[in-house]
Amino acid sequence: MASSARLAPPRLALRGIGKRFGVTVANDGIDLTVAAGEIHALLGENGAGKSTLVKIIYGVQQPDEGEILWDGVPVTMGDPNAARALGIGMVFQHFSLFETLTVAENIALGLASREPIAALSGRIAATAARYGLAVDPGRPVHHLSVGERQRVEILRCLLQEPKLLIMDEPTSVLTPQEVEGLFAMLRRLAAEGCSVLYISHKLAEIQALCDDATVLRAGRVVAQCNPRTTSPSHMAEMMIGRALAAAPPRVQSAPGAAVLVAEGLSLPAEDPFGTALRAVSFMLRGGEILGIAGVAGNGQKALLAALTGERPAPRAEDVTLAGVPVGRKGAAARRRAGLAAVPEERLGRSAVAELSLTENALLTGTEGDFAAHGFVRFPLLRRFARGVIDTFKVVAAGEAATAGSLSGGNMQKFIIGREMGHAPKVLIAAHPTWGVDVGAAQAIHQALRDMAAGGVGVLIISEDLDEILSLCDRIAVLHGGVLSPAQAVGTVTIDEIGLLMGGMAHAA
Amino acid sequence: MAVLAPVLAPVLAPVLAVVLAALGAALLFAALGRDPLACLHTLFIAPLADRNGWSELALKATPLLLCAIGIAVGVRANVWNIGAEGQFTMGAIAGGATALVLGPAGGWYVLPLVLLAGIAGGAAWGGVAALLRTRFNAHEILVTLMLSYVAIQVLGWLVRGPMQDPEGFNFPQSRLFDPSALLPALFEGGRVTVAAVFAVLTVPLGALLLGRTVMGYRLRVVGLAPGAARYAGFSERGAVWFCLLLSGGLAGLAGICEVAGPIGQLMPSISPGYGFAGIIVAFLGRLQPVGIVFASLLMALLYLGGESLQITQQLPLAATGVIQGMLLLFLLAADVLTLYRPRWVRRRAHG
Repeated sequence: MASSARLAPPRLALRGIGKRFGVTVANDGIDLTVAAGEIHALLGENGAGKSTLVKIIYGVQQPDEGEILWDGVPVTMGDPNAARALGIGMVFQHFSLFETLTVAENIALGLASREPIAALSGRIAATAARYGLAVDPGRPVHHLSVGERQRVEILRCLLQEPKLLIMDEPTSVLTPQEVEGLFAMLRRLAAEGCSVLYISHKLAEIQALCDDATVLRAGRVVAQCNPRTTSPSHMAEMMIGRALAAAPPRVQSAPGAAVLVAEGLSLPAEDPFGTALRAVSFMLRGGEILGIAGVAGNGQKALLAALTGERPAPRAEDVTLAGVPVGRKGAAARRRAGLAAVPEERLGRSAVAELSLTENALLTGTEGDFAAHGFVRFPLLRRFARGVIDTFKVVAAGEAATAGSLSGGNMQKFIIGREMGHAPKVLIAAHPTWGVDVGAAQAIHQALRDMAAGGVGVLIISEDLDEILSLCDRIAVLHGGVLSPAQAVGTVTIDEIGLLMGGMAHAA
Repeated sequence: MAVLAPVLAPVLAPVLAVVLAALGAALLFAALGRDPLACLHTLFIAPLADRNGWSELALKATPLLLCAIGIAVGVRANVWNIGAEGQFTMGAIAGGATALVLGPAGGWYVLPLVLLAGIAGGAAWGGVAALLRTRFNAHEILVTLMLSYVAIQVLGWLVRGPMQDPEGFNFPQSRLFDPSALLPALFEGGRVTVAAVFAVLTVPLGALLLGRTVMGYRLRVVGLAPGAARYAGFSERGAVWFCLLLSGGLAGLAGICEVAGPIGQLMPSISPGYGFAGIIVAFLGRLQPVGIVFASLLMALLYLGGESLQITQQLPLAATGVIQGMLLLFLLAADVLTLYRPRWVRRRAHG
């Protein structure tokens, strides 16, 4: 009834894939079909089973049940080498590149062949030119931006002429212009017949790029849809299993007094591959949310450390907190003066995995509140932890559960709740919804809005531009350790922000 | 069973290590041409046959317990005091000097001052390592270890020089301490002194410090997650100073309690390696004060049994050292194997 081309078996077909870890069911009876030359979205919240499924396809893990068909033939992927041999390439969210080696050397390490570097460099340059991926094979990786590093990872896959390319959340580290470039490259690849499995939770991107979408929830396929004809809100509903409440419009309170001011703040890089801060200045008022956008690795770590006091600034007047110069003060002193911070990394940084939630509540608690004569007042602390758990609907086995037993989203809700509980004047949050599911992200964003409404100055440092644009009143861009002047979010275009993120402000 | 494993493993690992060390000891005895069962009996059972044996056990467990509690608190904060032996020696020197100077005058105040001087001597020696670590980033593992040998040499020089007993027929030892500078025996006829009470007191105090105080909480955070400690603003330097002064002071107390107790004078050799054995005790006791009580008793038994082996089986003292070493080796191996599962993989062709 159809032409023979239509009857050709799909590039990849999964039939009833199941995978269990102990009592947790990560994948349950998953069917997925990706045609040749198709860009297929795999959509789902954190913990929906996307990573497990992708690891099974790439041969990192073995399914407990079900079968994998490759061009219609059943296959077993014993390890990633087997998957690569079939023509599957994968670009991970976290890159595996050696900073001190050149692009060509890094790519050579990933290839099994003993091709001379010079010949390989030629092939890299040719492939790069063909797909519009501007990368110099001879440059050391530590000179490259995050976007360029991603191109190296993509090139590493393309050199093996893949038939299926798996991209795991590739746009989270890119500027808007870089995202456009990536999409053009993926469309071209698809046009040449290579299939793309695109993992993301950014619905707008999926709509713009993908031909088909499979939605996972709690380890099962809950829907299959055409993203071009399905509304983003409907896709979100399928993904989280209920309707997302629209965020109430933020009541813009009259901006209060300046609560956090940086004045010509400079700080040398901590390590040879780090970024120094160069004369960063901004003013955060009580009741507003200021967003600092920028591609990762442009000084965000140094800025956070300098503002929280983990690395004191050279001069006291570099940082002013509620009118008091605190540049030379350490983290504990700044916290006592009303500063709260939520770093990007949770376990090992804003929480200790091995300790209970009660004990983690003490991490940033001031001694007057939770201790007497050097002894911890555990009953008070437990009540505080329980209050945070209840208020923020943290899913945990009580306040005695260890921080390590919580999911990323729940841990982040607990941390933000803990910091709010200390009634700060300023809250600094770095990428507060990183690795957090949609429901938790919404709760966290609402909590941040509520804080601002209560007069707290909120500073968001994030690589997620969508997050900043939806949350913040004003936006500034950090590039190469230099902070652009803050502008009201409504008055600035995505293109302008993208140029600032790419360090081409003068060209704009 | 699989659910219980994470709870039981930390407790079972030391038990398994003790069993394996005993088996290893039996093999060692057999290789040395002795009857392994008789030797094991001499090592583990004979020493506890009478009341005096238990007294001797408490005597030897006391310095081990004092050293190990301090070491454990340090390790929990990621501060590795490997040189309790040196702080033990410095405590003995400082306290012993006080005893030699003040003792002849007599008075109730002599003994407290002697003990305080012992604590201060050990703490000061730990403080040297803390200073070098916080000032010059010289790691305490190396510094404390090397300072141990310095302390032992200083003691050797003192008892052959300034502190030598002028009426001692040129033996390398000090005068006997005045009775006013000696710790009273715990009961008539035994050698164990009130130092055992000090040691036992450190157990609840150590547990209280780690579990209930803000300081103990900070130490644990510094040890578990240095990044979280920096975020919270807990001082790593403060932790280094606190731990080295505390463990140095406790080791110093152990040292002065030995010389102002069973030994009664300063001499070149005042410790059969209590400070080093304290490291094994701390880990065998899972860095938990209560666990350390059991571990120190076991280690004391090894010392006692080792002495009996020398007498009844003519085995060298080194045999005891080998058994101690096997105990630590098996414990570390058991810990590694409870945390990691070894996988035998064939080398890949292109690997």
